[in-house]
Amino acid sequence: MNPIDFLLWVAFPYAAMAVFVVGHIFRYRHDQFGWTSRSSQVYENRLLRWGSPMFHYGILMVLGGHVVGLLVPEEWLEFVGVSNEIYHVGATWLGSIAAVLTLAGLAILIYRRRLNTRVLLATTVMDKVMYLLLGATLLFGTTATVLFQVLGAGYDYRGTISPWVRGLLSAQPDPSLMAHVPFFFQLHVLTATLLFLLWPFTRLVHVFSAPIGYIVRPYIVYRSRDSHRGSGARKARRGWEKSVLPASARDRDDARR
Amino acid sequence: MRVMAQMSMIMNLDKCIGCHTCSVTCKQVWTNRTGVEYVWFNNVETRPGLGYPKRYEDQEKWNGGWVRNKRGRLKLRSGGRLKRLATIFNNPDLPVIDDYYEPWTYDYDMLTKAPLSTESPVARPKSLLTGKNMDIKWSGNWDDDLGGSQETAAEDPILATMSEHVKMEFENTFMFYLPRICEHCLNPACVAACPSGAMYKREEDGIVLVDEDACRGWRMCVSACPYKKVYFNHKTGKAEKCTLCYPLIEQGKPTICSETCVGRLRYLGLMLYDADAVLAAAAIENDQDLLEAQRGVFLDPFDPEVIAAAKAEGMEDDWILAAQNSPIYKLISEYKVALPLHPEYRTMPMVWYIPPLSPVVDVISTTNNDGEDARTLFAAIDKLRIPVEYLAGLFSAGDVVPVESSLRKLAAMRSYMRDINLGRDRDESIPEAVGMTGTEIEAMYRLLAIAKYEDRYVIPKAHVETARELEELACSLDTDGGPGMGGPTSTAAGPYGKTPGMPFNATVDNYNEMIGKGGEKTKPTTPGRLNLLNWNGSGAPKGLFPPIPPIIPPVADTGSPA
Repeated sequence: MNPIDFLLWVAFPYAAMAVFVVGHIFRYRHDQFGWTSRSSQVYENRLLRWGSPMFHYGILMVLGGHVVGLLVPEEWLEFVGVSNEIYHVGATWLGSIAAVLTLAGLAILIYRRRLNTRVLLATTVMDKVMYLLLGATLLFGTTATVLFQVLGAGYDYRGTISPWVRGLLSAQPDPSLMAHVPFFFQLHVLTATLLFLLWPFTRLVHVFSAPIGYIVRPYIVYRSRDSHRGSGARKARRGWEKSVLPASARDRDDARR
Repeated sequence: MRVMAQMSMIMNLDKCIGCHTCSVTCKQVWTNRTGVEYVWFNNVETRPGLGYPKRYEDQEKWNGGWVRNKRGRLKLRSGGRLKRLATIFNNPDLPVIDDYYEPWTYDYDMLTKAPLSTESPVARPKSLLTGKNMDIKWSGNWDDDLGGSQETAAEDPILATMSEHVKMEFENTFMFYLPRICEHCLNPACVAACPSGAMYKREEDGIVLVDEDACRGWRMCVSACPYKKVYFNHKTGKAEKCTLCYPLIEQGKPTICSETCVGRLRYLGLMLYDADAVLAAAAIENDQDLLEAQRGVFLDPFDPEVIAAAKAEGMEDDWILAAQNSPIYKLISEYKVALPLHPEYRTMPMVWYIPPLSPVVDVISTTNNDGEDARTLFAAIDKLRIPVEYLAGLFSAGDVVPVESSLRKLAAMRSYMRDINLGRDRDESIPEAVGMTGTEIEAMYRLLAIAKYEDRYVIPKAHVETARELEELACSLDTDGGPGMGGPTSTAAGPYGKTPGMPFNATVDNYNEMIGKGGEKTKPTTPGRLNLLNWNGSGAPKGLFPPIPPIIPPVADTGSPA
């Protein structure tokens, strides 16, 4: 096994995965206050009105496409009647629409962020790094698709990249699958992996607070002042807890009274 | 019947002189931070006028509050759950910061550091958003005192809905001030619109709050609130709103805006209401019936059935007593002079207003008539359509009857009390004309005109013994950029002096000890024992010494006497 291949297609993805998972848990536990999309809509709305929905709906389509293309094995799709040809046409067409939506949306968003001073000043270094990686990932992915799927004869990533991803997820990594994948696909995978690595430390965490529960919860939320614990305010920090009578002793006290 | 208590406010608009002290003190306490420079939890508007943010009452544009749909059910005007999720990537109804105003500062440095020159240095306004020079074109109270001017009055959403005969001719102008805070509604649209469930209404006192830790910055509350009293902190990306100064209310103290009100026009107290009846009342068909429907939701705190139900819900006796002594209950339900702001938004607001008689009195006085004569006043209320209709547009969904009734009562009080003050005979026909008695008028006069501190604010303390946990809680707002400013790692200059690294949590339990008064012995956290660290050294409070175990007489085993 080529050590570079191992580094790129096994070690690096697993490191990213570890950081992704641990980072999210850590941030969720320690930075609830920072967990927000940090919307800039109050600064500017004319461009955002178009850019943001285009980007977000586009990227949701992209996500759906990747789930089908990477996580669902070819045989399963064939079993439910989606042949290779149908899949290819569908993936290329839907994928192209999604890519156009996403890239156009992102272009509007970046243009707005760069040229509107209010928005620019509210942009952190992490935001810029994230935009760079996100943009690069989208561009490489689109380039690969256009070169191979639209203009070219079609590259069967379901025979190489998809099993490699599933191998990673099922703890049976096979770097050789990725060794001879076309360059743009490799680049796309690498920038995406880097993006996943940084994900928990960017505003992208808002993806995980998609408020699905809103559909079923009652409109008016009541909360008792007493029941904040756990849901609202924080517990006392470690080492600052107030000294209390141990529970057992208190019970004894109560029992005596 | 589910009895709940609501801490509510009433403002007596006749006494408001538009000094903005409430706004300034509120801002200094709550919003003097980065990200909320443009935010005024309390603001004072001149009416007629545009308000803050501009034209916030135009719900055709902003889609705030609730509407009744064809099937007679309430739905948020901005759309249901699915539509909200579908538009989550860009809130279509969100006001941008320019609808409030672009916050600015001045480069004051120029005044002291400018080099010697023949021109005097000036401090130019600089935008707090971009840092660039800016021309100030609008602010939170830019149309202050411009009530009658063509410039702003023409754009007032309430005037726009009134019939055509309202022309802002100079002789017809009138104005008054309208201080506004969060309404702490019984049926809050902001809470209903929050996708994250971060906004909630407190069970104990009905205060509507944002859990800043759970807020994910979707901004739906900002647009759903028809009063535009939830704001977006553009630095932290979280929603913030008026808290009704709950840390003070829990202490039994009035809010900052009330405490510092120069005109002493604010009243604070409890209202008991039937939480099960709110939805049906808010969904009543006719907008103009909403005022009466909301009055119907309130419960009589003297009714034994209500008291029993309240106790069954776990309400303590002092809270029921406070509800009985509440100035709010008197003004809303007994005298019926207070009216809600825009009941037609169907949120069941709980900050009510006593409409101002002053526009009427002003007109009478300028025509050299007696502004304290009951007959003149009653006639003027009937005749002066413009101010009365305008007030109705604010306080009763356009129905002039409740506004007239309220104004006539104020006029009757004015007139009746003048006779008493001048030592004349009491004219009992005056109270009768407004359906009150002389005694009632006098009591109302005491509450509205004398307005003693303890009559204005009847605030029961939060029950700490049921909230022992509270003491340990750090404030969720106490984070960098949060209203708590600084967070637990900051060096808080508390009353004990600077305590580096020590969390400073003013809570119900330790507040009095912290401010050094020590006047009140709070409950020890260890049951039965006083925490000596909290003891101020005076007296021997209960729990200073360990409880004496009850002496159980030894049961002499004398055998059965029988």
